[in-house]
Amino acid sequence: MESRAKILEALNKKFTDHPAPLPALKSFPYAAGDPIDKFEFVLRGIGGRTVRASNWQEINDYIRKEYTPENRIISLVEQVEGSAITPDSDPHTFENVDLVILQPHFAVAENGAAWITSDRMGDRALPFISQHIALVVTTDSILHTMQEAYEKIGDANHPFGTFIAGPSKTADIEQSLVLGAHGPKSMTVFLLSS
Amino acid sequence: MEQKTSDHAILADKFNQDIPRVDWHDKTLWFIREKRDKAAWQIAEWEELRELASQIKNNVLDNLHDYLLEFEKQAQQNGVTIHWAANAEEHNCIVHSIIQQHGVTDIVKSKSMLTEECHLNEYLQKQGITVVDTDLGERIVQLAGEPPSHIVLPCIHWKKEEIGELFHQHLGTPKGNADPQFLTAAAREHLRQRFLTSRVAITGVNFAVAETGEIVVCTNEGNADLGVQLAEVHIACMGIEKIIPQRKHLGIFLRLLARSATGQPITTYSSHFRKPRPGQTMHIVLVDNGRSERLQQESFRNALKCIRCGACMNTCPVYRRSGGHSYQYAIAGPIGSILAPSLDMKNHADLPFASTLCGSCTNVCPVKINIHEQLYDWRQVLVKNGHVSSVKAAGINGMAVVLSRPAIYRIAGAAGRWFMKYIPAIVNNKFNPWYKQREMPAVPKQSFNEWYRQNRKENGKQS
Repeated sequence: MESRAKILEALNKKFTDHPAPLPALKSFPYAAGDPIDKFEFVLRGIGGRTVRASNWQEINDYIRKEYTPENRIISLVEQVEGSAITPDSDPHTFENVDLVILQPHFAVAENGAAWITSDRMGDRALPFISQHIALVVTTDSILHTMQEAYEKIGDANHPFGTFIAGPSKTADIEQSLVLGAHGPKSMTVFLLSS
Repeated sequence: MEQKTSDHAILADKFNQDIPRVDWHDKTLWFIREKRDKAAWQIAEWEELRELASQIKNNVLDNLHDYLLEFEKQAQQNGVTIHWAANAEEHNCIVHSIIQQHGVTDIVKSKSMLTEECHLNEYLQKQGITVVDTDLGERIVQLAGEPPSHIVLPCIHWKKEEIGELFHQHLGTPKGNADPQFLTAAAREHLRQRFLTSRVAITGVNFAVAETGEIVVCTNEGNADLGVQLAEVHIACMGIEKIIPQRKHLGIFLRLLARSATGQPITTYSSHFRKPRPGQTMHIVLVDNGRSERLQQESFRNALKCIRCGACMNTCPVYRRSGGHSYQYAIAGPIGSILAPSLDMKNHADLPFASTLCGSCTNVCPVKINIHEQLYDWRQVLVKNGHVSSVKAAGINGMAVVLSRPAIYRIAGAAGRWFMKYIPAIVNNKFNPWYKQREMPAVPKQSFNEWYRQNRKENGKQS
């Protein structure tokens, strides 16, 4: 506790007669163009895949085509086929999951990211430990910028939330981009028409 | 604090002995700088975002006391344990005692420049704890027994063939295989075992939100998340300046951070840790380590606005051609050169001179730190405090005498031109630092002063 008091005392000194005010944030005009196209373009540019779907059936067909019955597929989206998870499972038991399907709250056009919170993850480890990840984003939930994203999040109190933009990746070896660093090797976003 | 055995200029000289390698290093970093430009130019409001980020950070530095208290209160309400560390030693002890309480000897750690600053790994290793750095670049330099050479790109100075050899020795990959895809896959397998068996995970912190008590950690690899979500204990270490006031401010900083760092629109993961997962304990260590003192240095305090994007390094002509290790501090490049001397002026007195003062660092900084001006200001402070070599001090004093007396200046100029013309060996030798890697300029027939006097006489007075 001694250090706490010491640090706070040092910080409590008056540094300036004119402390800087907190600036008001302004919203900027959005870039022209359809946010769905923009999202698709940006996400593909960072290694993600997008699949446009007009109904749930198309999403299920796509997954059935890409994966075999031997694959361990966990779906946290009611309309998408896959196994459910037992509540309070040990997260280490997800080590052999091939695909996890989740539904984020919204996506962001300017950077290809999607916002997903712990209540929609099943287990917080799933979006990271699975070999592949698929997200279902309804096209009316694509926002333009991160500022708009935080307006949307507002003061929601989620224990854990993350923006995910594409598969996990690294360019640490001579700046060569490699998809699949520690997390999923691929990310597919189903753009479901609203 | 360990004493340095060499200075930046000597180490930069060593780095420059392999010319093709220096050119490669230079070009690689410039390529990243160009990617940053392309990303920034796509955002019409880029400059306004920089200005807002700068103003928010100014406000943070002026109100850090209140924001830290608010953050502490919120985080505690979220079920997080808050620790305060006055210096690096205390930080290391706190982390060690948490690890000990859980009876663990093997831990994983994602990237944290603060733990580099505090030399946490060395400390824990001495206590018998094995730390595995899980960021690929950090793992590579860790296996090689080196510190990172860049805060965002830790092994930017390594060639893939060398990494292939390193992995062959440590991970048993086939000799001669230097394919980045293959090597990354090998590291993935190797590190996954560590993730699955480690019960304690340490992460850094990119932003800590006072309003909510949440911390935000940004990675591309997913290593911070995988480590934390598979562990029983999450320890997050942060400098006290990482606070931002409100959650909505993340909308500004996350637009700037990755674009400035690597030219990406955002990192793959921007994770908001607010409450520990059920059954998990979460600790946040707030570290001062000289920061509160630095806040009181009017000219240098705003270096604490830094969000550790590394843009100033990628653009710096000196960093690109001298390499991160020549700075001998956890944070290299222009920003490191103004942060390090506030921590230990004497030991890092060489760094503010490792710059051309071109100002490119200031131009790219997403939070508008006046880096090049501070480098210049540091030089004044260092000379006044006697932290430059006597040769440099004598040279500067000599120049002051010559430049402040026109008659001496004229004579010295004329003498210099005469010697360069008739006895060039007097200046074209290894004792003249300007002659290193440079031809001396051709000697002009007359000085500007002489030319002006002559023309004024010939052409008459201008009205």
